[in-house]
Amino acid sequence: MKYTFNFRDVWAQWDFLMSGIAVTIILTIVTVLAGSAIGALGAAARVYGRPWMRALAACYVECIRNTPLIVQLFIVFFGLPSAGVRLNAMTAAMIALAINLGAYATEIIRAGLEAIPKAQIEAGYSLGLSGVQVFRYVVLIPALQIVYPALTSQFVLVMLATSVVSQISAPDLFHVASIIQSRTFRDFEIYAIVASVYLALALALKSAFAAIAHVAFTRR
Amino acid sequence: MIREFTLNDVYYLLLAARWTLALTSIAFLGGGAVGLIVAVMRISPFSSLRLASTLFVNVVQGIPLLAWLFVFFFGLPILVGVRVSPWAAAVAAYAVYAGAFLGEIWRGCLQAIPRQQWEAGASLALSFASQLRYIIVPQAIRIAIPPTVGFLVQLIKNTSLAAVIGFVELTREGQLTTAATYRPFSVYIVVAAIYFSMCFPLTQWSRRLERTLRVAR
Repeated sequence: MKYTFNFRDVWAQWDFLMSGIAVTIILTIVTVLAGSAIGALGAAARVYGRPWMRALAACYVECIRNTPLIVQLFIVFFGLPSAGVRLNAMTAAMIALAINLGAYATEIIRAGLEAIPKAQIEAGYSLGLSGVQVFRYVVLIPALQIVYPALTSQFVLVMLATSVVSQISAPDLFHVASIIQSRTFRDFEIYAIVASVYLALALALKSAFAAIAHVAFTRR
Repeated sequence: MIREFTLNDVYYLLLAARWTLALTSIAFLGGGAVGLIVAVMRISPFSSLRLASTLFVNVVQGIPLLAWLFVFFFGLPILVGVRVSPWAAAVAAYAVYAGAFLGEIWRGCLQAIPRQQWEAGASLALSFASQLRYIIVPQAIRIAIPPTVGFLVQLIKNTSLAAVIGFVELTREGQLTTAATYRPFSVYIVVAAIYFSMCFPLTQWSRRLERTLRVAR
Protein backbone atom coordinates (compact mmCIF):
# COMPACT_ATOMS: atom_id res chain seq x y z
CA MET A 1 0.00 0.00 0.00
CA LYS A 2 1.82 3.06 -1.27
CA TYR A 3 -1.13 5.44 -1.35
CA THR A 4 -0.89 8.58 0.75
CA PHE A 5 -4.22 9.83 1.98
CA ASN A 6 -4.79 13.53 1.60
CA PHE A 7 -7.95 14.97 3.04
CA ARG A 8 -6.82 18.62 2.97
CA ASP A 9 -8.06 19.43 -0.54
CA VAL A 10 -11.41 17.88 0.28
CA TRP A 11 -11.81 19.73 3.58
CA ALA A 12 -11.10 22.96 1.71
CA GLN A 13 -14.46 22.43 -0.01
CA TRP A 14 -16.34 22.11 3.27
CA ASP A 15 -18.87 24.89 2.50
CA PHE A 16 -19.75 23.23 -0.76
CA LEU A 17 -20.15 19.89 1.00
CA MET A 18 -22.48 21.54 3.53
CA SER A 19 -24.71 22.85 0.73
CA GLY A 20 -25.03 19.27 -0.50
CA ILE A 21 -25.95 18.05 2.97
CA ALA A 22 -28.62 20.76 3.20
CA VAL A 23 -30.14 19.69 -0.12
CA THR A 24 -30.17 16.04 0.98
CA ILE A 25 -31.95 16.98 4.20
CA ILE A 26 -34.52 19.15 2.38
CA LEU A 27 -35.16 16.37 -0.15
CA THR A 28 -35.66 13.90 2.68
CA ILE A 29 -38.12 16.12 4.56
CA VAL A 30 -40.19 16.91 1.46
CA THR A 31 -40.20 13.26 0.39
CA VAL A 32 -41.21 11.97 3.81
CA LEU A 33 -44.08 14.46 4.12
CA ALA A 34 -45.41 13.99 0.58
CA GLY A 35 -44.78 10.24 0.56
CA SER A 36 -46.62 9.73 3.86
CA ALA A 37 -49.60 11.74 2.59
CA ILE A 38 -49.72 9.62 -0.58
CA GLY A 39 -49.30 6.50 1.55
CA ALA A 40 -52.20 7.39 3.87
CA LEU A 41 -54.48 8.14 0.90
CA GLY A 42 -53.36 5.03 -0.96
CA ALA A 43 -53.85 2.79 2.06
CA ALA A 44 -57.33 4.23 2.71
CA ALA A 45 -58.19 3.60 -0.96
CA ARG A 46 -56.87 0.04 -0.79
CA VAL A 47 -58.77 -0.85 2.37
CA TYR A 48 -61.98 1.20 2.29
CA GLY A 49 -62.21 2.31 -1.36
CA ARG A 50 -64.56 1.22 -4.12
CA PRO A 51 -63.35 -1.70 -6.24
CA TRP A 52 -61.87 0.56 -8.95
CA MET A 53 -60.01 2.59 -6.32
CA ARG A 54 -58.60 -0.59 -4.79
CA ALA A 55 -57.48 -1.81 -8.20
CA LEU A 56 -55.89 1.54 -9.01
CA ALA A 57 -54.02 1.68 -5.68
CA ALA A 58 -52.86 -1.95 -6.06
CA CYS A 59 -51.62 -1.23 -9.59
CA TYR A 60 -49.72 1.86 -8.37
CA VAL A 61 -48.07 -0.08 -5.56
CA GLU A 62 -47.02 -3.01 -7.75
CA CYS A 63 -45.72 -0.84 -10.60
CA ILE A 64 -43.55 1.23 -8.28
CA ARG A 65 -42.34 -1.55 -6.00
CA ASN A 66 -41.26 -3.78 -8.89
CA THR A 67 -39.13 -1.24 -10.77
CA PRO A 68 -35.90 0.48 -9.68
CA LEU A 69 -35.98 4.04 -8.32
CA ILE A 70 -33.30 5.16 -10.77
CA VAL A 71 -35.47 4.12 -13.75
CA GLN A 72 -38.49 5.94 -12.25
CA LEU A 73 -36.29 9.00 -11.84
CA PHE A 74 -35.12 8.78 -15.48
CA ILE A 75 -38.72 8.47 -16.70
CA VAL A 76 -39.75 11.58 -14.77
CA PHE A 77 -36.69 13.67 -15.63
CA PHE A 78 -35.70 12.50 -19.13
CA GLY A 79 -38.96 10.94 -20.32
CA LEU A 80 -41.65 13.46 -19.36
CA PRO A 81 -40.23 16.35 -21.44
CA SER A 82 -41.19 14.37 -24.57
CA ALA A 83 -44.76 14.46 -23.24
CA GLY A 84 -44.43 18.23 -22.87
CA VAL A 85 -43.72 18.30 -19.11
CA ARG A 86 -40.34 19.90 -18.45
CA LEU A 87 -39.12 19.77 -14.86
CA ASN A 88 -35.90 20.96 -13.28
CA ALA A 89 -33.74 18.37 -11.55
CA MET A 90 -34.87 19.22 -8.01
CA THR A 91 -38.60 19.09 -8.84
CA ALA A 92 -38.18 15.85 -10.78
CA ALA A 93 -36.24 14.36 -7.86
CA MET A 94 -38.92 15.33 -5.33
CA ILE A 95 -41.74 13.98 -7.50
CA ALA A 96 -40.01 10.67 -8.23
CA LEU A 97 -38.96 10.15 -4.60
CA ALA A 98 -42.43 11.01 -3.26
CA ILE A 99 -44.13 8.66 -5.72
CA ASN A 100 -41.62 5.94 -4.81
CA LEU A 101 -42.00 6.34 -1.04
CA GLY A 102 -45.77 6.67 -1.45
CA ALA A 103 -46.01 3.13 -2.80
CA TYR A 104 -44.02 1.62 0.08
CA ALA A 105 -45.90 3.73 2.63
CA THR A 106 -49.22 2.59 1.14
CA GLU A 107 -48.32 -1.04 1.77
CA ILE A 108 -47.02 -0.37 5.28
CA ILE A 109 -49.98 1.78 6.37
CA ARG A 110 -52.43 -0.69 4.78
CA ALA A 111 -51.03 -3.42 7.03
CA GLY A 112 -51.66 -1.11 10.00
CA LEU A 113 -55.22 -0.28 8.94
CA GLU A 114 -56.03 -3.97 8.52
CA ALA A 115 -54.74 -4.63 12.03
CA ILE A 116 -57.40 -2.36 13.57
CA PRO A 117 -60.24 -4.56 14.91
CA LYS A 118 -63.68 -3.89 13.48
CA ALA A 119 -65.13 -3.53 16.97
CA GLN A 120 -62.88 -0.53 17.58
CA ILE A 121 -64.34 1.28 14.58
CA GLU A 122 -67.87 0.44 15.73
CA ALA A 123 -67.01 1.77 19.18
CA GLY A 124 -65.99 5.04 17.54
CA TYR A 125 -69.30 5.33 15.68
CA SER A 126 -71.31 4.51 18.79
CA LEU A 127 -69.63 7.46 20.51
CA GLY A 128 -71.16 9.64 17.80
CA LEU A 129 -67.97 10.40 15.90
CA SER A 130 -68.29 11.22 12.21
CA GLY A 131 -66.72 9.04 9.50
CA VAL A 132 -63.74 11.38 9.10
CA GLN A 133 -63.25 11.60 12.86
CA VAL A 134 -63.37 7.80 13.19
CA PHE A 135 -60.79 7.45 10.42
CA ARG A 136 -58.53 10.01 11.97
CA TYR A 137 -58.68 9.22 15.69
CA VAL A 138 -59.80 5.60 15.89
CA VAL A 139 -58.16 4.10 12.81
CA LEU A 140 -55.28 6.15 11.39
CA ILE A 141 -53.44 7.19 14.56
CA PRO A 142 -53.52 3.74 16.23
CA ALA A 143 -52.59 2.17 12.87
CA LEU A 144 -49.62 4.51 12.51
CA GLN A 145 -48.54 3.57 16.00
CA ILE A 146 -48.53 -0.12 15.01
CA VAL A 147 -46.53 0.40 11.84
CA TYR A 148 -44.28 3.16 13.22
CA PRO A 149 -41.08 1.03 13.27
CA ALA A 150 -41.60 -0.23 9.70
CA LEU A 151 -42.55 3.23 8.43
CA THR A 152 -39.62 5.05 10.02
CA SER A 153 -37.07 2.52 8.81
CA GLN A 154 -38.51 3.09 5.34
CA PHE A 155 -37.91 6.83 5.90
CA VAL A 156 -34.25 6.13 6.71
CA LEU A 157 -33.96 4.01 3.55
CA VAL A 158 -35.45 6.89 1.55
CA MET A 159 -32.94 9.33 3.02
CA LEU A 160 -30.16 7.03 1.78
CA ALA A 161 -31.94 6.57 -1.56
CA THR A 162 -31.91 10.35 -2.18
CA SER A 163 -28.27 9.81 -3.21
CA VAL A 164 -29.61 8.39 -6.49
CA VAL A 165 -30.91 11.85 -7.55
CA SER A 166 -27.27 12.83 -8.16
CA GLN A 167 -27.68 10.86 -11.41
CA ILE A 168 -30.02 13.55 -12.78
CA SER A 169 -27.66 16.23 -11.39
CA ALA A 170 -29.87 17.42 -8.55
CA PRO A 171 -27.33 19.20 -6.29
CA ASP A 172 -27.53 16.78 -3.34
CA LEU A 173 -24.65 15.52 -1.19
CA PHE A 174 -23.68 12.79 -3.61
CA HIS A 175 -23.68 15.11 -6.61
CA VAL A 176 -21.55 17.59 -4.70
CA ALA A 177 -19.17 14.71 -3.95
CA SER A 178 -18.75 13.89 -7.63
CA ILE A 179 -18.01 17.56 -8.40
CA ILE A 180 -15.42 17.75 -5.62
CA GLN A 181 -13.95 14.51 -6.94
CA SER A 182 -13.48 15.98 -10.39
CA ARG A 183 -11.92 19.12 -8.88
CA THR A 184 -9.48 17.42 -6.51
CA PHE A 185 -9.02 13.89 -7.95
CA ARG A 186 -9.21 12.60 -4.37
CA ASP A 187 -11.70 9.83 -5.21
CA PHE A 188 -11.39 7.65 -2.16
CA GLU A 189 -11.12 10.47 0.37
CA ILE A 190 -14.25 12.27 -0.79
CA TYR A 191 -16.37 9.12 -0.93
CA ALA A 192 -15.13 8.01 2.48
CA ILE A 193 -16.18 11.38 3.93
CA VAL A 194 -19.54 11.33 2.15
CA ALA A 195 -20.20 7.77 3.33
CA SER A 196 -19.51 8.87 6.92
CA VAL A 197 -21.85 11.84 6.57
CA TYR A 198 -24.65 9.55 5.34
CA LEU A 199 -23.97 7.18 8.21
CA ALA A 200 -24.18 10.06 10.70
CA LEU A 201 -27.43 11.30 9.11
CA ALA A 202 -28.92 7.78 9.22
CA LEU A 203 -28.02 7.31 12.88
CA ALA A 204 -29.31 10.79 13.76
CA LEU A 205 -32.58 10.07 11.95
CA LYS A 206 -32.95 6.71 13.70
CA SER A 207 -32.44 8.22 17.15
CA ALA A 208 -34.79 11.11 16.33
CA PHE A 209 -37.54 8.65 15.38
CA ALA A 210 -36.90 6.62 18.53
CA ALA A 211 -37.16 9.82 20.62
CA ILE A 212 -40.40 10.82 18.88
CA ALA A 213 -41.86 7.38 19.56
CA HIS A 214 -40.85 7.69 23.20
CA VAL A 215 -42.61 11.04 23.57
CA ALA A 216 -45.65 10.33 21.39
CA PHE A 217 -46.48 6.73 22.23
CA THR A 218 -45.78 6.53 25.96
CA ARG A 219 -49.09 6.08 27.75
CA ARG A 220 -49.54 8.51 30.58
CA MET B 1 -26.73 10.55 -36.28
CA ILE B 2 -29.92 9.82 -34.40
CA ARG B 3 -31.44 6.48 -35.27
CA GLU B 4 -34.91 5.12 -34.60
CA PHE B 5 -35.88 3.17 -31.47
CA THR B 6 -36.85 -0.18 -32.99
CA LEU B 7 -37.60 -3.73 -31.90
CA ASN B 8 -33.91 -4.41 -32.36
CA ASP B 9 -33.17 -2.07 -29.45
CA VAL B 10 -35.75 -3.85 -27.33
CA TYR B 11 -33.93 -7.08 -28.16
CA TYR B 12 -30.62 -5.57 -27.04
CA LEU B 13 -32.24 -4.38 -23.82
CA LEU B 14 -33.46 -7.93 -23.21
CA LEU B 15 -29.94 -9.20 -23.79
CA ALA B 16 -28.61 -6.65 -21.28
CA ALA B 17 -31.14 -7.92 -18.75
CA ARG B 18 -29.05 -11.12 -18.67
CA TRP B 19 -26.26 -9.12 -17.01
CA THR B 20 -28.73 -7.79 -14.47
CA LEU B 21 -29.65 -11.39 -13.66
CA ALA B 22 -25.99 -12.48 -13.63
CA LEU B 23 -25.02 -9.68 -11.24
CA THR B 24 -28.05 -10.45 -9.06
CA SER B 25 -27.10 -14.14 -8.87
CA ILE B 26 -23.48 -13.48 -7.93
CA ALA B 27 -24.48 -10.75 -5.46
CA PHE B 28 -26.99 -13.13 -3.90
CA LEU B 29 -24.44 -15.93 -3.56
CA GLY B 30 -21.79 -13.61 -2.11
CA GLY B 31 -24.31 -11.82 0.08
CA GLY B 32 -25.72 -15.15 1.22
CA ALA B 33 -22.29 -16.30 2.40
CA VAL B 34 -21.66 -13.01 4.23
CA GLY B 35 -25.22 -12.98 5.57
CA LEU B 36 -24.95 -16.48 6.99
CA ILE B 37 -21.81 -15.52 8.91
CA VAL B 38 -23.41 -12.27 10.12
CA ALA B 39 -26.62 -14.01 11.24
CA VAL B 40 -24.73 -16.64 13.23
CA MET B 41 -22.42 -14.01 14.75
CA ARG B 42 -25.45 -11.97 15.78
CA ILE B 43 -26.88 -14.82 17.87
CA SER B 44 -23.59 -16.35 19.00
CA PRO B 45 -22.85 -16.71 22.74
CA PHE B 46 -19.78 -14.44 22.44
CA SER B 47 -20.53 -10.78 23.05
CA SER B 48 -17.52 -9.59 21.01
CA LEU B 49 -18.83 -11.40 17.91
CA ARG B 50 -22.31 -9.99 18.51
CA LEU B 51 -20.92 -6.47 18.85
CA ALA B 52 -18.78 -6.75 15.71
CA SER B 53 -21.65 -8.05 13.60
CA THR B 54 -24.09 -5.43 14.95
CA LEU B 55 -21.58 -2.74 14.08
CA PHE B 56 -21.12 -4.18 10.58
CA VAL B 57 -24.88 -4.28 9.93
CA ASN B 58 -25.46 -0.74 11.22
CA VAL B 59 -22.60 0.73 9.23
CA VAL B 60 -23.58 -1.03 5.98
CA GLN B 61 -27.26 -0.17 6.34
CA GLY B 62 -26.50 3.44 7.23
CA ILE B 63 -24.60 4.19 4.02
CA PRO B 64 -26.26 4.33 0.59
CA LEU B 65 -25.45 1.52 -1.83
CA LEU B 66 -24.30 4.14 -4.31
CA ALA B 67 -21.60 5.22 -1.84
CA TRP B 68 -20.54 1.59 -1.30
CA LEU B 69 -20.14 1.13 -5.05
CA PHE B 70 -17.90 4.19 -5.27
CA VAL B 71 -15.93 3.34 -2.14
CA PHE B 72 -15.18 -0.12 -3.55
CA PHE B 73 -14.57 1.14 -7.08
CA PHE B 74 -12.07 3.78 -5.93
CA GLY B 75 -11.01 2.17 -2.65
CA LEU B 76 -10.12 -1.37 -3.75
CA PRO B 77 -7.33 -0.15 -6.06
CA ILE B 78 -5.77 1.59 -3.03
CA LEU B 79 -6.08 -1.43 -0.76
CA VAL B 80 -5.13 -4.09 -3.31
CA GLY B 81 -2.82 -1.94 -5.38
CA VAL B 82 -4.38 -2.80 -8.75
CA ARG B 83 -7.10 -1.15 -10.77
CA VAL B 84 -10.31 -3.15 -10.40
CA SER B 85 -12.87 -3.73 -13.11
CA PRO B 86 -16.45 -2.53 -12.57
CA TRP B 87 -17.33 -6.24 -12.24
CA ALA B 88 -15.04 -6.81 -9.26
CA ALA B 89 -16.07 -3.58 -7.55
CA ALA B 90 -19.77 -4.26 -8.10
CA VAL B 91 -19.57 -7.85 -6.85
CA ALA B 92 -17.66 -6.82 -3.72
CA ALA B 93 -20.03 -3.93 -2.96
CA TYR B 94 -23.17 -6.02 -3.50
CA ALA B 95 -21.82 -8.92 -1.42
CA VAL B 96 -21.25 -6.57 1.52
CA TYR B 97 -24.57 -4.80 1.03
CA ALA B 98 -26.67 -7.96 0.56
CA GLY B 99 -24.75 -9.65 3.38
CA ALA B 100 -25.84 -7.03 5.92
CA PHE B 101 -29.50 -7.15 4.90
CA LEU B 102 -29.69 -10.95 4.58
CA GLY B 103 -27.84 -11.28 7.89
CA GLU B 104 -30.51 -9.18 9.61
CA ILE B 105 -33.36 -11.07 7.92
CA TRP B 106 -31.93 -14.46 8.83
CA ARG B 107 -31.09 -13.39 12.38
CA GLY B 108 -34.77 -12.60 12.85
CA CYS B 109 -35.70 -16.04 11.51
CA LEU B 110 -33.21 -17.80 13.79
CA GLN B 111 -34.48 -15.85 16.79
CA ALA B 112 -38.08 -16.72 15.92
CA ILE B 113 -37.38 -20.33 16.89
CA PRO B 114 -38.50 -20.85 20.52
CA ARG B 115 -35.81 -20.86 23.18
CA GLN B 116 -36.87 -24.31 24.33
CA GLN B 117 -35.59 -25.78 21.08
CA TRP B 118 -32.08 -24.59 21.99
CA GLU B 119 -32.48 -25.88 25.51
CA ALA B 120 -33.69 -29.26 24.24
CA GLY B 121 -30.59 -29.44 22.06
CA ALA B 122 -28.34 -28.45 24.95
CA SER B 123 -29.89 -31.10 27.20
CA LEU B 124 -29.01 -33.67 24.53
CA ALA B 125 -25.39 -32.49 24.96
CA LEU B 126 -25.22 -31.00 21.46
CA SER B 127 -22.65 -28.26 20.89
CA PHE B 128 -23.70 -24.75 19.78
CA ALA B 129 -22.82 -25.64 16.19
CA SER B 130 -24.77 -28.91 16.30
CA GLN B 131 -27.82 -27.26 17.89
CA LEU B 132 -27.74 -24.69 15.13
CA ARG B 133 -27.15 -27.21 12.35
CA TYR B 134 -29.60 -29.94 13.34
CA ILE B 135 -32.32 -28.21 15.33
CA ILE B 136 -32.57 -24.47 14.68
CA VAL B 137 -31.63 -23.98 11.01
CA PRO B 138 -33.96 -26.66 9.56
CA GLN B 139 -36.90 -24.95 11.26
CA ALA B 140 -35.72 -21.41 10.53
CA ILE B 141 -35.34 -22.02 6.79
CA ARG B 142 -39.09 -22.39 6.41
CA ILE B 143 -39.70 -18.95 7.93
CA ALA B 144 -36.77 -17.45 6.04
CA ILE B 145 -37.84 -18.24 2.49
CA PRO B 146 -40.56 -15.55 1.94
CA PRO B 147 -38.50 -12.56 3.20
CA THR B 148 -35.44 -13.85 1.34
CA VAL B 149 -37.37 -13.95 -1.94
CA GLY B 150 -38.62 -10.46 -1.09
CA PHE B 151 -35.04 -9.27 -0.66
CA LEU B 152 -34.11 -10.86 -3.98
CA VAL B 153 -36.54 -8.40 -5.60
CA GLN B 154 -34.75 -5.52 -3.84
CA LEU B 155 -31.45 -6.88 -5.11
CA ILE B 156 -32.62 -7.08 -8.75
CA LYS B 157 -33.78 -3.46 -8.54
CA ASN B 158 -30.63 -2.31 -6.80
CA THR B 159 -28.32 -3.83 -9.43
CA SER B 160 -29.52 -0.86 -11.54
CA LEU B 161 -27.15 1.33 -9.50
CA ALA B 162 -24.12 -0.56 -10.85
CA ALA B 163 -24.76 1.41 -14.04
CA VAL B 164 -23.11 4.46 -12.44
CA ILE B 165 -19.68 2.81 -12.23
CA GLY B 166 -19.93 1.74 -15.86
CA PHE B 167 -21.22 -1.78 -15.40
CA VAL B 168 -23.32 -2.51 -18.50
CA GLU B 169 -26.59 -4.06 -17.35
CA LEU B 170 -30.20 -3.21 -18.14
CA THR B 171 -30.23 0.39 -16.87
CA ARG B 172 -26.85 1.25 -18.43
CA GLU B 173 -27.98 -0.29 -21.73
CA GLY B 174 -31.07 1.91 -21.44
CA GLN B 175 -28.85 4.99 -21.01
CA LEU B 176 -26.77 3.97 -24.04
CA THR B 177 -29.88 3.34 -26.14
CA THR B 178 -31.29 6.73 -25.08
CA ALA B 179 -28.07 8.43 -26.14
CA ALA B 180 -28.29 6.81 -29.58
CA THR B 181 -32.02 7.17 -30.28
CA TYR B 182 -32.99 10.16 -28.15
CA ARG B 183 -36.25 8.48 -27.16
CA PRO B 184 -35.88 8.52 -23.34
CA PHE B 185 -39.55 8.00 -22.56
CA SER B 186 -40.02 4.89 -24.72
CA VAL B 187 -36.65 3.43 -23.75
CA TYR B 188 -37.07 3.82 -19.99
CA ILE B 189 -40.67 2.56 -20.09
CA VAL B 190 -39.37 -0.59 -21.82
CA VAL B 191 -36.56 -0.85 -19.25
CA ALA B 192 -39.08 -0.48 -16.42
CA ALA B 193 -41.32 -3.11 -18.04
CA ILE B 194 -38.41 -5.57 -18.22
CA TYR B 195 -37.59 -4.99 -14.54
CA PHE B 196 -41.28 -5.41 -13.72
CA SER B 197 -41.48 -8.72 -15.56
CA MET B 198 -38.48 -9.98 -13.57
CA CYS B 199 -39.63 -8.71 -10.16
CA PHE B 200 -43.40 -9.10 -10.21
CA PRO B 201 -43.46 -12.94 -10.40
CA LEU B 202 -41.00 -13.06 -7.49
CA THR B 203 -43.12 -10.63 -5.45
CA GLN B 204 -46.21 -12.74 -6.03
CA TRP B 205 -44.32 -15.93 -5.24
CA SER B 206 -43.02 -14.45 -1.98
CA ARG B 207 -46.56 -13.41 -1.04
CA ARG B 208 -47.94 -16.88 -1.80
CA LEU B 209 -45.19 -18.55 0.25
CA GLU B 210 -46.02 -16.26 3.15
CA ARG B 211 -49.69 -17.24 2.97
CA THR B 212 -49.08 -21.00 2.77
CA LEU B 213 -46.63 -20.82 5.65
CA ARG B 214 -49.10 -18.98 7.83
CA VAL B 215 -51.70 -21.68 7.17
CA ALA B 216 -49.21 -24.45 7.90
CA ARG B 217 -48.45 -23.06 11.33
